[in-house]
Amino acid sequence: MPTSQHLIIAAGRIVLLGGALALVVAPRFIDAGGLTMLTEFLCLLVLALMWNLLAGYADIVTVGQHAFVGVGAYAFYGAAVLLRVDPYLAIAAAAGAAFVIALPAMMIVFRLRAAYLAVGTWVVAEVLMLAAGKLPNFGFGSGVSLPVAVAREFGTRPAERFATIYWLALAVAAAAFLSTWLLLRSRVGLGLTAMRDNEEAAGAMGVNLLRSRIICFLWTAPFLGLAGAIITLQKLRISPAASFSIIDWTVFVIFIVVIGGIGSLEGPILGTILFFVLREHLATLGTWHLIILGTLSIAIILIEPRGLWGLLRKALGGDLIPVSHAARAGFGKPKVP
Amino acid sequence: MTSPAAAPLLTIQGLSVHYEKFRALDGIDITVGAGEIVSIIGANGAGKSSLLKAIVAQAGSRVDGRIIFGDADIRTRATPAIVAAGIALVPEGRRLFATLTVEENLMIGWHTGRRGGLGLAGVFDLFPVLRDKRQQPAGLLSGGQQQMVALGRALLADPRLLLCDEISLGLAPTVVNDLYELLLSINRQGIGILLVEQDIRRSLAVAHRFYCLLEGRISLGGRPDDFDRDTITRHYFGS
Amino acid sequence: MVATYLNLVVQGALLGGLYAIFALGLSLSVGVMRFVNIAHGDFIVLTSFLLLTLSAALKLNVLLVLPLVIPLAFAAGYLLQRLLLQRVIGQNALLPLLVTFGLSIIIQNGLLQGVGADTRTLSAGALDVASLQIGGLNIGVLPLLTFIVAVVLVFGLDWLLYRSRLGAHIRAVTLDVGAADLIGLSSVRVYAIAMGIVGITVAIAACFMGLRMNFDPTSGPSRLLIAFEVVVLGGLGSLRGSLLGGILLGIAQTIGGQIDGAWQTLAGHLVFLTIFLLRPQGLLPRY
Repeated sequence: MPTSQHLIIAAGRIVLLGGALALVVAPRFIDAGGLTMLTEFLCLLVLALMWNLLAGYADIVTVGQHAFVGVGAYAFYGAAVLLRVDPYLAIAAAAGAAFVIALPAMMIVFRLRAAYLAVGTWVVAEVLMLAAGKLPNFGFGSGVSLPVAVAREFGTRPAERFATIYWLALAVAAAAFLSTWLLLRSRVGLGLTAMRDNEEAAGAMGVNLLRSRIICFLWTAPFLGLAGAIITLQKLRISPAASFSIIDWTVFVIFIVVIGGIGSLEGPILGTILFFVLREHLATLGTWHLIILGTLSIAIILIEPRGLWGLLRKALGGDLIPVSHAARAGFGKPKVP
Repeated sequence: MTSPAAAPLLTIQGLSVHYEKFRALDGIDITVGAGEIVSIIGANGAGKSSLLKAIVAQAGSRVDGRIIFGDADIRTRATPAIVAAGIALVPEGRRLFATLTVEENLMIGWHTGRRGGLGLAGVFDLFPVLRDKRQQPAGLLSGGQQQMVALGRALLADPRLLLCDEISLGLAPTVVNDLYELLLSINRQGIGILLVEQDIRRSLAVAHRFYCLLEGRISLGGRPDDFDRDTITRHYFGS
Repeated sequence: MVATYLNLVVQGALLGGLYAIFALGLSLSVGVMRFVNIAHGDFIVLTSFLLLTLSAALKLNVLLVLPLVIPLAFAAGYLLQRLLLQRVIGQNALLPLLVTFGLSIIIQNGLLQGVGADTRTLSAGALDVASLQIGGLNIGVLPLLTFIVAVVLVFGLDWLLYRSRLGAHIRAVTLDVGAADLIGLSSVRVYAIAMGIVGITVAIAACFMGLRMNFDPTSGPSRLLIAFEVVVLGGLGSLRGSLLGGILLGIAQTIGGQIDGAWQTLAGHLVFLTIFLLRPQGLLPRY
């Protein structure tokens, strides 16, 4: 690789690290409004990383991850408000509940393949959302607000609260990112990317592949649940429509990852950043916002299935965040006969 | 066997076939005269299948060179147009549609072709055993019978040039004998045949001329009688 | 008591006819081209809006407008496949899913932008409330008509697939697309025609759906889920299975809705999940 590319990649890595550091010290310099936005950014980033792990590496396309976000939200509420558990434990309960629900969900949807699996996850999400709307202590179909007392546990003054919630989000995002990175560099990850490049070899690997996919599916659930808890802290409310919102927690996320780049770690980061930039500019356009995102997604898929990062990467010649080995050449292209 | 003097049916000049990361064929020159049986021999991976697929525009991501059929370069044409112009392929492994009946499989050949020649009745005359099985799902037939259906499907397209990809693969010797007899009688009707085979002895026995492929290039070509077995073996495996 | 439940079952079965029509197009595209069209429900809703607009503009009963829309729907399906979806069909199931997902969002929001969020319904004039007395039960003419259309479609498509030349081509391409292309049977053309046929079923579904239930720009996904459940229940690749699956789902929803109005959709989903877990290959699996 020519030196200039080495330099560019090094520069890119410095930018990434700089960004991460900036995120850590943000509460010192940014006001409440900015912190709220950054918290949202971090939650969406977690969702994007998880969807990308499944769709981009484990070959599991889901259109129902909003199920686990909602489960996390409701579990957090249930634990913190109904069971009066320590709020931080309640957040952990969100992760646990999502994991517990993921087990039967997985057993249902893993009997389906590919696109059927995707719609299957959607059905599961629908069922969970409808069921949540039947729960008496959770406000039935219209939902219920989070009592101020619970919110105060994270900080008596608003500034404190926003900072605490922000750091929680940052912690979850960092954990999601680092653990996913390590998972991809582990044997599980190697196996999955090898499978993507060569289906014949994958057939020979058989049972191990199923195990890897199970691990990935169960891996994402707790993080999605945690995101759900943090989102609830931000919105101070749970409801079937909002906590299980397919638009917010699935549609936007899929667009983010598709546009940013599936099958890489840089892609979701790039996509989430882009999404927020676009949102600031397109916020006033209402439904046009989604139309533009949808059109952009389709265009990206037709032109470069590996997204904007796929395009950038060709120019850069390498990964900023190395995930063990080089180009996954086969992605998005028909297999060699 | 002597080659009948005639204008070439198929002329391939400088054909190269590239897949994503490797080159299957490099600078191939081949001719098939009208009414000739030309045999392509070569080891696995030498590029034999790629050659046939390239002729019907089903090979690789990049195909360079010229493929002249009759008086037109067909390299840039799409497969349906090529079949309709008179080239039919009997694919490697037969590739029948297993749950479609024998007759349905055969008639697909008719609909992709020139709508002339043998016709369904003619194919059943050629392969009488298929007549009783016409309503059976093709997947239930024996290997030899399936090969007949595949051959019949190609013949129903009324080709001027028949491409046969390893038709003896997996079949009993007596069945293969019958198949080769059929090939000879098909050829006598004036249909040119480009025959890809791993079985050197049989294919050279029926061929007017042959080419030997080695790692994507032609290592030897000419009339079978002009070369002894050692020479051919050397060029088959490379020395 | 028995009479009430018999009535529910009959009403549910008739509803199932509509659900089967939803499912037919999805079953075809899933079976032949091996992708799930996430925008399937949205295309149905889009066509319902088209029927609504044309019916008002031409001042014709929507049942008379339908024959005009059917050729348009064929062309739309053909072009959609030929120009867009063909480019992402292949080994990777992810891409068509994502493209149709994007289409779904575009259609929903385009409709919201264009016609607003109000709930609409189609009307066939006097037929809307007409009913017959059959065997002591009150049977709506429209539900009965819908069911009959569903049966006709199922057997018609069956005939098309198994007794026609086009059908043989479609089945061939479904079985081994590589072989089809090798011998000169253009999979591109066959897929496009198949999608055109799907378009026709979508138009018919749109008409009878709009007559039967309310719809708004965001109704697409719920129709997709119904179609999906019917296809899976019936058995992938089986058209008759879709009829049976639709009937089961319709009955489940109707009985559930009787127990508690708010349980209608959930009841359907739960019955689906239960049957699916007990018999994942579906009721009448073809493959």
